[in-house]
Amino acid sequence: MEKALVLDAGKCTGCEQCEVACSMVNEGVSNPAKSRIKVFNFHDEGRFVPYTCTQCDDAWCMQACPVDAISVAPLTGAKVISNALCVGCKVCTIACPFGTVNYNPSSGKVIKCDLCGGDPACAKACPTGAITYTDAAATGYAKMKAWAQATDAGAQASA
Amino acid sequence: MSWAKRILRVNLTKGTCQEEPLNMDWAQKYLGQRGLATKYLCEEIDPRVDPLSPDNKLIIATGPLTGTAASTGGRWSVITKGALTGAIACSNSGGFFGAELKFAGWDMIIFEGKSPKPVYLLVQDDVAQLVDASGYWGRTVWETEKGLKAEHQDPQLRVASIGQAGEVGVKFAGIVNDLHRAAGRSGVGTVMGSKNLKAVAVRGTKGVQVRDPIAFMKATSEAKAVLAENAVTGEGLPAMGTQVLMNVINECGALPTRNHKDVQFAGASDISAEAMHETRRSDGKANLTRNGACFGCTIGCGRISTIDPTHYTVKDRKQYQMASGGLEYEAAWALGAANGVNDLDALTFANFICNEQGFDPISFGATVGAAMELYEMGVITTKDTGGLELTWGNAETLTTLAELTGRGEGFGAEIGLGSKLLTEKYGHPDLSMSVKGQEFPAYDARGIQGMGLTYATSNRGACHLRGYTVASEVLGIPEKTDPLSSDGKAGLVIAFQDATGAVDSAGICVFTTFAWSMDNIAPQIAAACEGDWSVEKLLEVGERIWNLERKFNMDAGFTGKDDTLPKRLLKDAAKTGPAEGKVNELGKMLPEYYALRGWTPDGVPTNDTLGRLVL
Amino acid sequence: MKYVILGAGPAGVVAAETLRKADPSGQVILVGGEDAPPYSRMAIPYLLTGKITEDGTYLRKADEYYDRLGILYKRGRAAQVDPQKSTVVLEDGQSLDYDKLLVATGATPVTPPVPGLDLKGVHHCWTLEDARAIAALAQAGSNVVLMGAGFIGCIILESLVERGVNLTVVEAEDRMISRMMDETGGDMLKRWVEAQGVYLLTSTKVTSVSEIGGSLSVSTDKAGHLPADLVVVSVGVKPNTDFLKGSGVAIDVGIEVDDRLQTSVPNIYAAGDVAQGPDFGGGFHVHAVQPTSVEHGRIAALNMAGADAKYRGSLIMNVLDTMGLVSASFGHWMGEDDVAVMLDQDDHRYTKLAFHGDHLVGALMLGRTDQIGVLRGLIQTRVRLGAWKDKLKKDPSLIAQAYVACTQG
Repeated sequence: MEKALVLDAGKCTGCEQCEVACSMVNEGVSNPAKSRIKVFNFHDEGRFVPYTCTQCDDAWCMQACPVDAISVAPLTGAKVISNALCVGCKVCTIACPFGTVNYNPSSGKVIKCDLCGGDPACAKACPTGAITYTDAAATGYAKMKAWAQATDAGAQASA
Repeated sequence: MSWAKRILRVNLTKGTCQEEPLNMDWAQKYLGQRGLATKYLCEEIDPRVDPLSPDNKLIIATGPLTGTAASTGGRWSVITKGALTGAIACSNSGGFFGAELKFAGWDMIIFEGKSPKPVYLLVQDDVAQLVDASGYWGRTVWETEKGLKAEHQDPQLRVASIGQAGEVGVKFAGIVNDLHRAAGRSGVGTVMGSKNLKAVAVRGTKGVQVRDPIAFMKATSEAKAVLAENAVTGEGLPAMGTQVLMNVINECGALPTRNHKDVQFAGASDISAEAMHETRRSDGKANLTRNGACFGCTIGCGRISTIDPTHYTVKDRKQYQMASGGLEYEAAWALGAANGVNDLDALTFANFICNEQGFDPISFGATVGAAMELYEMGVITTKDTGGLELTWGNAETLTTLAELTGRGEGFGAEIGLGSKLLTEKYGHPDLSMSVKGQEFPAYDARGIQGMGLTYATSNRGACHLRGYTVASEVLGIPEKTDPLSSDGKAGLVIAFQDATGAVDSAGICVFTTFAWSMDNIAPQIAAACEGDWSVEKLLEVGERIWNLERKFNMDAGFTGKDDTLPKRLLKDAAKTGPAEGKVNELGKMLPEYYALRGWTPDGVPTNDTLGRLVL
Repeated sequence: MKYVILGAGPAGVVAAETLRKADPSGQVILVGGEDAPPYSRMAIPYLLTGKITEDGTYLRKADEYYDRLGILYKRGRAAQVDPQKSTVVLEDGQSLDYDKLLVATGATPVTPPVPGLDLKGVHHCWTLEDARAIAALAQAGSNVVLMGAGFIGCIILESLVERGVNLTVVEAEDRMISRMMDETGGDMLKRWVEAQGVYLLTSTKVTSVSEIGGSLSVSTDKAGHLPADLVVVSVGVKPNTDFLKGSGVAIDVGIEVDDRLQTSVPNIYAAGDVAQGPDFGGGFHVHAVQPTSVEHGRIAALNMAGADAKYRGSLIMNVLDTMGLVSASFGHWMGEDDVAVMLDQDDHRYTKLAFHGDHLVGALMLGRTDQIGVLRGLIQTRVRLGAWKDKLKKDPSLIAQAYVACTQG
């Protein structure tokens, strides 16, 4: 069964250990500005929401890439960027309605969550179980999927 | 590595921002943050300087682990000569500001001089500039932080600022970051205000590197597991926050009540962690909305609270009906037990105001307690207070005074003097429950003997965070000692003081030491930093820092005579509870402490001691 | 079933792939007009800077990609379509039968009626062939005049500067990228490029180009004569529809299609820059941008293969990196009165959000790249903003917070 990152805002304390772990693994440096996962702090509500790519089926980023630099990783189903092919045109960053593909000015390429090849560092670093890597059928994931479908580009097609 | 190795020097008089390399020889001797910034301060200012003069400097400092993957690696400190105490001040905060400063590539910011007009410092990675703050002067911390984020179109901007309290010269004004984390004690915000510096806003995208990333991830992961498995850091603090202590300390007979007249408070359970969890009738919610963590913290003791929307403090004021920083134990005690107030929502509101206007709830609450005692004695009357009745347990008086103090208005301006100056003004200096001008925190030294010595010898004035022997005397960490006995407490206090000096210089939170020994901490620092960072070396660094701070205070005019406690704790015995009949046995502990420290019987570090520590 | 796709840009290629999946036994013929495998024009600026080689521009990178999918990739240009006989005649005289035809022939650059644009040394920047010619002429120190500071002009501007040429940009409009940025944003962009040494003439027309002693001279109405070793023309594009004359396929600005991307003639569909497709905001417009082309290609192909796929309309959006200053635009940012604006001239940051009632309908963004995709999300999900509208009006930088709060609550 395909696994997914399940994000449970109810358990998140906003510590950003996920962002640090993500940037350590992917950039070799502790730097939330380059993290693929982001925790939103809704201060006035006392709510923290961890947020990253859902690896949605629509894969607008992948569809929009003009140079075939985004592909589906066979093992995880993650949509992954090829640094060798990415030219930094940023079309994917506006095509992704979740805002989870981002331009990294220091490399001139885009970055997004690739599920760390099946062993996501954010899930391992999360101290409260707000981020887990588990069966795709769980609830938080379903909610994000629903919003993926609501972004109605052309996606109403049943195929 | 892990140090950014860069200092930003900001001359407010000239309006200049300059980069300089971090002194790495000093970094090897003082580690970072508290220790290293104290070294810089001691080298750069005359200890006798007036804290509010342009000749005082204010240093914002991070540690080598600040901004790294180490649990609680978000700490930062403000080091200056304190406005409340005239002693060395080092006030430590969490939140996200410190890590952001590191991400921007800076270990420290040294502010010197005084700006001719209100300014704020904007740091965006390598670029630092002073910007006109006339639009923010007179505004609260909350308005300033929201305004700066909107002005710079950057929700990720991290802001540390003063509120009106720091502008109008409240002696115990703090610097508040991320809306409700604070470098709260000793009047560091007062110093900032005296320099016409409203805020520091930082955005960093460069990140922090460590010496050996693989060893570091291993060391920090193992240490996180230790925190998770520990009953205090893994269960008690996340679930209950520091407020877990309210009922515990009350039962010990060490909860100072009504300006330390009593050691137990009948209303303790009304203002405890348990009470914060209770569902209220009005809206079916609890005071506690959830727990929130500082940067990198896997403990998450922070409280996020929402006041009952029908409570008198907020029912007509929608702007306070949101969630914000809730009560920590020290604040709940100072705003509550110290004044006999048992209204949880009133305390939460007063705490909100402390954050919003930037002042220390401990010194504020304790000063209100002193004023209430003077009122009870008839020394202060409604003529002095503008009609406010300063009766014990009067919640409305407490919340009104919080608002007045924040703005420096009415009787609030007198509260803003702090308890030492206030009680002196009214002719009863003995009623100030303070050491070196700084008010006590929430542990009565008659019921927890070691804390008496901790307070008396604390270099920044009365403080629990300079040697938290409560851990041993009450919680049994690392091993249980008898809180009612002064035997062996001198050695215990020294061990805590030195270890804390190292922890406060590393960029991590002292709360980790409920679970971590130095054996857990040293490998994390060693993997992150160049140099030898054994347990022994860290303890030596801690001792060096303690002696350097002591030396600063001596040069500033303090003597061994200032290592004392108010008469009430030394003469008036506790009336109830386990400590009934006890006073604090400071007179017995202090000589032993001096001897173990390698100081003269007058409390002066000997040349041998200074030489051994390369001071 | 035999499918013929005219045009091997993103719309054509995605359509071919979609057809292959939707109808595994169908015959798919993809007809491209250029001497290279299907490639992306979006990548040409990066080819010019040497960041990639020509194969880096290819839409699909795998070896024998089309063969392995059983897609017949064929070189040729359509000359005529005969719906009665269901045939396409190519320029080389070859005739192709089809059961379903997709017109995805894209657009070609417009050559304005200015004397001298046929001279040697004057080029569009549109095809790989153009890119090769420009690369040969745009050497360090050479004089280059760029006609037009629209999207395409801007996207190649940086490449030209990076090659070290002396660049002058001549734009007839009063600002840069007038289609995707308002006056405030266009002015900011202008100051940005000027600060980096680009000579920019707005509200200026090229009146003629002439050859003097082996090099070119560009005459303008306001700025005299400009010497040039190379003139690049980028003043706009028009859909490639000439070959449809007499076919009965209705054409307005582009080919008229319905919400299933079928043209006025049965069995003929259109997609991409050539199609005047359903617009997210209502009506039908040509949205010549990559994401729209891809969506068109997919929806058209599904319908061609017999599915019933309805297109709910494209959202016009664009992103542009002009010498390091990134600008983006989404949806209906012009003409709304209910807007939130944040402007920081010193920092080169500008945000404009346009609201209609409780919804975001358009946005402009300069100087920020992180999480900007949520602007598409906010607009296209038609999410009700509620209390967040007020927050966005006070601080428009909170777009990602608004999106997450409104959709992940």
